[in-house]
Amino acid sequence: MSKSALHNESPDDSRADASAPSAATAGAGARPPDPAHPPSPVACALPRITLDGAADTARVHGDWTLCALTERLDTVRSQLAHAAPAAAWDLGAVQGLDSFGATLLWRAWGGRWPERLQLSVAQRSIFARVAQHALQGLPAVPRQSASDLLVHLGRQLLGFGRHLTAMLGLLGQLLLDVLHLLRHPRAWPVLEISANVYKVGVKAMPVSALVGFLIGVVLSYLSALQLKLFGADVFIVNILGLGIIRELGPVLVSVLVAGRSGSAMTAQLGVMRVTQEIDALAAMGVSISQRLALPKVIALTLAMPLLVLWTSGVALLGGWVSALIELDLSFHYFITALPDAVPIANLYIGLAKGAVFGFLIALIACHFGLRVQPNTESLSRNTTASVVTSITLVILVDAIFAIATRSIGIPG
Amino acid sequence: MSEATITHAPSPELIVSLRGISTRFGRKVVHEGLDLDIERGEIVALVGGSGSGKTTLLRHLIGLTQPAAGSVALFGEDLRAGSPRARLARQRRYGVLFQQGALFSAFTVAENIAFPLRELGVVHPHEIDDLIAVKLAMVELEPEHAVLMPAELSGGMVRRVALARALALEPELLLLDEPTAGLDPDLSAAFVRLILSLRQALGLTVVLITHDLDTIVAMATRIAVLADKRIISYASLDDTLQVEHPFIERFFGGAQGRRALARHRAED
Repeated sequence: MSKSALHNESPDDSRADASAPSAATAGAGARPPDPAHPPSPVACALPRITLDGAADTARVHGDWTLCALTERLDTVRSQLAHAAPAAAWDLGAVQGLDSFGATLLWRAWGGRWPERLQLSVAQRSIFARVAQHALQGLPAVPRQSASDLLVHLGRQLLGFGRHLTAMLGLLGQLLLDVLHLLRHPRAWPVLEISANVYKVGVKAMPVSALVGFLIGVVLSYLSALQLKLFGADVFIVNILGLGIIRELGPVLVSVLVAGRSGSAMTAQLGVMRVTQEIDALAAMGVSISQRLALPKVIALTLAMPLLVLWTSGVALLGGWVSALIELDLSFHYFITALPDAVPIANLYIGLAKGAVFGFLIALIACHFGLRVQPNTESLSRNTTASVVTSITLVILVDAIFAIATRSIGIPG
Repeated sequence: MSEATITHAPSPELIVSLRGISTRFGRKVVHEGLDLDIERGEIVALVGGSGSGKTTLLRHLIGLTQPAAGSVALFGEDLRAGSPRARLARQRRYGVLFQQGALFSAFTVAENIAFPLRELGVVHPHEIDDLIAVKLAMVELEPEHAVLMPAELSGGMVRRVALARALALEPELLLLDEPTAGLDPDLSAAFVRLILSLRQALGLTVVLITHDLDTIVAMATRIAVLADKRIISYASLDDTLQVEHPFIERFFGGAQGRRALARHRAED
């Protein structure tokens, strides 16, 4: 105790020191080491407070460290609550003290130094740090109010406008890139385009075939059930042909590709932003739009019609399988009736839709990918936005297609 | 370092004890029969050439990776010993500062520091706020920095916030991977002062991987030299310099090494 720096020594304190070993453990806070208490996995001295009622002294014992306190924090809190802040505090028996222990005591003291306090120099420096910085509070995060809601709405609207202009900007940039490449044919990013065609086209074939086949089976089965009722079995070819080639094929593939390849494009560009690869490319004077965005857009615009053709074909096959089982329709009849039932214009419309949808999906994916800020939150937000926007836009544009081509390729 | 230890029963005062560690990546052998014992209160600088497996050794220590052979013990207990609860309690006794800071980018600075405390589940929110303020001050950041997102911080600030997060649970063992890389000399010196004061106040044991000789000279009580797939020397700076090994001569014999050592001798 002689080494302790005495904060405000009073006669009471020295008297209390003399009787320290036999100090009556009075008050609710008094508690001997409890053998029944499960031993903490870490060997720490139990943190506790004993109150010396006669001398009005609160004696602090044990390890006041986070690992020791965690085990019995509620007990310690109630002991602290019982000890009067006005008491004399003796920290001589404290074995270990960290900023958490100091924070607890400092709060119990009401955020100021007690009148009478005994502690060592090292302990004082820990308390000094807590005293200086705790309780001053962190800057408050501003709360939302009703007017903020309005501001939020306005921001969203403006954000929508900014998205539109940015996407238009990207489109213009891509056009300029194409013009530039037409004048410098050697600069075409052929490798990137072919790699992207492989990635978004070839690798998407199995999953689009599976989905197409199943949809064909289901559509054909449900239609066949109805057609059988009316004895109009042969019209299954018209329903499947028109529905799949003109409408279902392109939209189905677009939804699949938006989820599969659109999200991958956004995430790839986003991670390149996070890891500063985009900055590195820009610093080397490489055009981001020409080397990263353009190959993706061209590749998907090229690959999508092919995917649509492939998926529509497989879906028709699935439809025929179902029709064979349900209506006993021969493959020969199916294949010869198809060109009569479905004018070739429908195929062209389907392929054109595929190309337009592919272009839109890639453009949107690149737009959102290039907007990613270097943090994970922004990456996930933009990837979600990319997929949702492209699927919504695809369906919107599909509706426009339906109206614009309403007089083309409909038999009868 | 005794070579012929058969049973591995480290004393509790050995904070870190590695025995016969071997690591392979495919065909590449990184560590082979590596032994290292670190006692309480030491500040150990782990040095070695690039690609010599320093960070891998650190990852073994915190159980992120497992060596192909050998045993790792922290605080006198094997890393995998005990119930899940005991293992968790042991994990909370060390703090790690990763090379890139590894701050959670979706959280603010304050939330990053608060995260381990919240996970503990017993600390009250206002106490957490107090502790955040104290930890921020410890690493010499202002309270205003608490609301920033990691993306808004400079490299040095990221490092300091990561240190504050590593210190949040008041660890006994601090593992630092390149703590001063990319910091300006002023900040490095402040960092060294900070670690030294924490060690004095909290009795911290520190293991740091670094290439910065100034940092080593200023704070390391012992230097573990990782070369030839094992620890070839584990001794104080002066004793390390006596060891004849090409790596040690290269590492301490360069221009920066001579300058740092000259300053060290002048201070003595």
